[in-house]
Amino acid sequence: MHVPDGFLTAPVSVATGVVAAGGVAFAIRGARKELDEKTAPMAGLVAAFIFAVQMMNFPVGAGTSGHLMGGVLAAILVGPYTGALCVTVVLIVQGLLFADGGLTAMGTNIVLISLVTTFGGWAIFRVLIRALPKSRVGLLTSGGIAAFLSVPLAALVFVLLYLLGGAVDIDVGALTATMLGVHVLVGIGEALITVAVVGAVVSARPDLVYGARHLTPELTLRTGQKESAS
Amino acid sequence: MSRNRTFLAIGLAVALVIAGIFSYFASSSPDGLEYTAEGTGFLDSARDSATAGSPLADYGVSGVGNEWLSVGLSGIIGELIVLLIATLLTGLLKRGRTSESADRSTSSADSSSSA
Repeated sequence: MHVPDGFLTAPVSVATGVVAAGGVAFAIRGARKELDEKTAPMAGLVAAFIFAVQMMNFPVGAGTSGHLMGGVLAAILVGPYTGALCVTVVLIVQGLLFADGGLTAMGTNIVLISLVTTFGGWAIFRVLIRALPKSRVGLLTSGGIAAFLSVPLAALVFVLLYLLGGAVDIDVGALTATMLGVHVLVGIGEALITVAVVGAVVSARPDLVYGARHLTPELTLRTGQKESAS
Repeated sequence: MSRNRTFLAIGLAVALVIAGIFSYFASSSPDGLEYTAEGTGFLDSARDSATAGSPLADYGVSGVGNEWLSVGLSGIIGELIVLLIATLLTGLLKRGRTSESADRSTSSADSSSSA
């Protein structure tokens, strides 16, 4: 969904730039509290992993493709604030070095692909995780649904931005329908990848999954005793 | 700690394989937004990014003739840059926090409900 330069008018791009800057500042403040011995080493890996998987465009039907956005994946692995920062770093590197996503559209892309998917997806995840059983299945179901919904959610926000200031006058109904239709399909891919990755990490190291902390018992400080957990 | 290192090393290796090798097989069809823009008639308003001349533009390394090598190399370079920046950033933020509060007890299971 990387927005190129030119799709949105300058005023809207400036406005999304301001919102993005505020959102990133908000994420930095939150991440200070979120980052600990577990999440800090994971954050670099999560960002690098999302960059890699974003290169893997998968086909979603007649002549179109999509790729992971990664907001919900990042939020579940390292927390929403740190997760938003991870995706933002990916977007900045893509825009500056890979010409993927425009420069005047950088704010728009940070809003859509980082802030909306991470915080929007996390909000959905939080609701589901409370409603569903406290188990791995509950965790993965919540993560999958949140990841799925985060993609059409971001697509809808793009439509709203386009209504505020799209470069060309177009049929709003067609824009909404196509944008939503395609991104519902892309969302299925987002959900599959998110469930696969969270599932793999939670099997190997449940203690490293921020969104699974309610599943693991509170850790207590051990003093020099070896523990033989597998 | 070494268990953490092993995990991080495996994760990074998987990511490097994806960016370095599998990326070549990615679909080159237009993405959902491009497809929508084409269908609804605003694709032509797209302008080239100011960084379109970057040596890594469009996920290739300029000057590398072999397509697979070019894509893979650009993926590996990009991934390592992202890893470096994200690690430095979160490391800085974490250090800032621990020196501020001097409270090193692990935060309890949940501290994020304010989002």
